[in-house]
Amino acid sequence: MKQIAIVICNYNYERFLAEAIDSALVQDYPGTRVIVIDDGSTDSTAAHARGAGAKVLGLPFNLGVGGAMRAGYLYARERGYAWAVQIDADGQHDPTNVLTLMAVMRDTEADVVIGARFAGVGDYQAHGPRRWAMRLLAVILSRVAGTRLTDVTSGFKLSNERAIRLFSVEYPAEYLGDTVESLVIGARAGLRIRQVGIRMRPRAGGRPSHNPVKAAVFLLRSMLALFVALTRPSATGRGGRS
Amino acid sequence: MTGYWFAVALCIFVALLVFSLLRTQRIREKYAAIWVVLALAVVLLGVFPNLAAAASRLVGVQTPINLVFAIAAAVLFAVCVQLSSELSRSEEHQRKLAERMALLELEVRDLREADREPRGARDQTDATA
Repeated sequence: MKQIAIVICNYNYERFLAEAIDSALVQDYPGTRVIVIDDGSTDSTAAHARGAGAKVLGLPFNLGVGGAMRAGYLYARERGYAWAVQIDADGQHDPTNVLTLMAVMRDTEADVVIGARFAGVGDYQAHGPRRWAMRLLAVILSRVAGTRLTDVTSGFKLSNERAIRLFSVEYPAEYLGDTVESLVIGARAGLRIRQVGIRMRPRAGGRPSHNPVKAAVFLLRSMLALFVALTRPSATGRGGRS
Repeated sequence: MTGYWFAVALCIFVALLVFSLLRTQRIREKYAAIWVVLALAVVLLGVFPNLAAAASRLVGVQTPINLVFAIAAAVLFAVCVQLSSELSRSEEHQRKLAERMALLELEVRDLREADREPRGARDQTDATA
């Protein structure tokens, strides 16, 4: 039977991990397995995750979200998973939305479906420079992907086998590599990208930052990341290489 | 001792240092090449200071020492770029090793568990191995 891998990347964030794993495991889709990437945590992330029934991929040192996620896609590819869902560890993404993403993927024949926060569903908001940056990124990426995207920094996305194959080789460890740059790589390799609006849960832990300086830095770094991603040689056809 | 001989001695010392590092394999050849070339150039310039003057006339630089400084800056820049790129490559290798290690570790764990459990319970470990 075809299985879904729900991949959660975790770095010293054991508090809400069990909850996230539980809610991922109670899904209606029977072939669901949760894989936690322990990104070099020094707390007992691995033990918590195993206790909650997840598979744990323990990295020997911290690679950052992008770096860690590639290990997840590699695992999904090697173990023959048909789909991989990437979700954040802070409990913002409601794993029950996976079925919504699956439905959209089936209907639109997409290779990657993004669970978008700013698409009319839910009440997630960003303000000031951070909001402008996100808008700008969304506009540019919409053009690159040839479809309307409103939230390209979402850490919630579903990939099919084709996308898994590409991401298991090409998943940048750079800043925003797990979101913006990976979408650019996917779009340029010919993956069909679609989005669907989802409701976010209030953050179980951690607080969104409203610091304008941080937001400005985010703007600059995201533009640099996007520029580099767009000018990189295309990854077309490299996805199949192992 | 005149300044001239002091300069020559210094240049020869630098050249020997690089060679000895290379011989004891403390620097790999791909990094040492540029230093060896540099050391030889320094010795050459030290022994024949007129070379710098001739070269600066050739390219139209008024003060010879400025030509030397400019070339030195360019060489150091090249070395830094090379080191950054080698470091990035090395980090990518590290990342691949880390991934592979994590995958293997999980596989070992899965196999051990499957070994401990009675046969038949094995199918639930993973999709298609």
